[in-house]
Amino acid sequence: MTRSEQTPETPETPRTSRRDFLRIAAGAGTASLAAACKWDGGNAVRPRLLDISRVNDWVGEKLLYSPSRLAREYATTERTANVPSYFISRTLPLLKDPAAWRLRVDGLVRQPLDLSLDDLMRMPRTTYTVKHHCVEGWTAISTWHGVPVSAIAERAELLPAARYARFVSFDADYSNGWDLASAMHPQTILAYGWNDNPLPPSHGAPLRLYAPIKLGYKMTKYLVSVTFTDKRPGGYWEDQGYPWFAGV
Amino acid sequence: MVTSGLQIYGAYAKFGERGGPYYVNPFQDTEFPGWSRLGGWLAGALNWHFALMWGLVGVGLLYLCYMVASGEWRSLLFRRRDVRGAIAMQQYYLRLRKDHPPQGKHNPLQKFAYTFIVLLGVLSVLTGFAIYKPVQFSWLTALFGGFQAARYWHFWAVWIFVGFTIVHVILVFAVDPPSFRAMITGWYRGRFPSHD
Repeated sequence: MTRSEQTPETPETPRTSRRDFLRIAAGAGTASLAAACKWDGGNAVRPRLLDISRVNDWVGEKLLYSPSRLAREYATTERTANVPSYFISRTLPLLKDPAAWRLRVDGLVRQPLDLSLDDLMRMPRTTYTVKHHCVEGWTAISTWHGVPVSAIAERAELLPAARYARFVSFDADYSNGWDLASAMHPQTILAYGWNDNPLPPSHGAPLRLYAPIKLGYKMTKYLVSVTFTDKRPGGYWEDQGYPWFAGV
Repeated sequence: MVTSGLQIYGAYAKFGERGGPYYVNPFQDTEFPGWSRLGGWLAGALNWHFALMWGLVGVGLLYLCYMVASGEWRSLLFRRRDVRGAIAMQQYYLRLRKDHPPQGKHNPLQKFAYTFIVLLGVLSVLTGFAIYKPVQFSWLTALFGGFQAARYWHFWAVWIFVGFTIVHVILVFAVDPPSFRAMITGWYRGRFPSHD
């Protein structure tokens, strides 16, 4: 292999004057601004933006998140009247046979579990009235009740190797991956009740993940399984570019 | 930062808890034109916004460090003793006073503008942080009157900044075009000797 094949031949670089440099910089600046409109970065920039998003995830998880800081609780009179609900399927996801539903708990646990709704209701219950933060910018106050994820982990005898939790739904292919510290937060619960009533299908019946320390899209509805793992699980929105940590 | 912010705004183009009441906002439910929005969709805009944030905060901190280290802050910071001079300068501009008040490198109104815009930048970053981590930094969010109020101030800071920049650049061309080059290169070759 000759030298010219190894390195592309470059002509003697003409010395760029400050004036030329400024002219180029101004032109490039204008061009990039024009191209920027509605632009997600394309194949060149988008991966770099996602790299920075991973850095921000790290900052959010390791530097800014406190496992003992509790989200503020509100009076039930402050509840928001109309809380919107979302799902991925074309129509409202409903169980064909609710009585047959079980929550599967597996992965890095000593004791995998299959829990019915009655089993969950017999476990310690947490109730709180908190503010929901949606990534879109809206907020809404509701009351939720259910079992802390930490109580589930304890009952399943979580292994020390576990670092993440993966929550999977029966709503199309919706799922979320969580860092273990956020999953073990005392306000992270598997909710089966909303505003003092059983969880309605629009909000994820029979069971959904809820936590006032994350953005709404991290809270998996229509739960079927919780899997503890040592590899970072993706998620429905996270895999499309939304921030993975999404702690508030 | 502004253009990705306008894309983010479109996802919930109002300020207040779901269902209202909402803060007074002439842009309520407004979708800003496509050319003014960066990111294509919400996730794309968020990723631009949170990436460019590092540049804004980094340059801002560098600027403040330089101001302190070089002592330049003395000629830019608006202080209590500048109030009288600022009034005199404003009278001169409104032609209520004939002679140009004496000044150093910058007159008191210029100092006011430079101090104001730095504070506005700090406000933008802090309100942004209050929206980014309203639970971890709930004290900061509460300082701005809550999550929706912090969003509101974050949004208005943008329009004040845009307005300031437009007026600033118009004044540059109207009063002293050579200072436009000085803004970019750092070298001034205009008619105001006090600038050097």
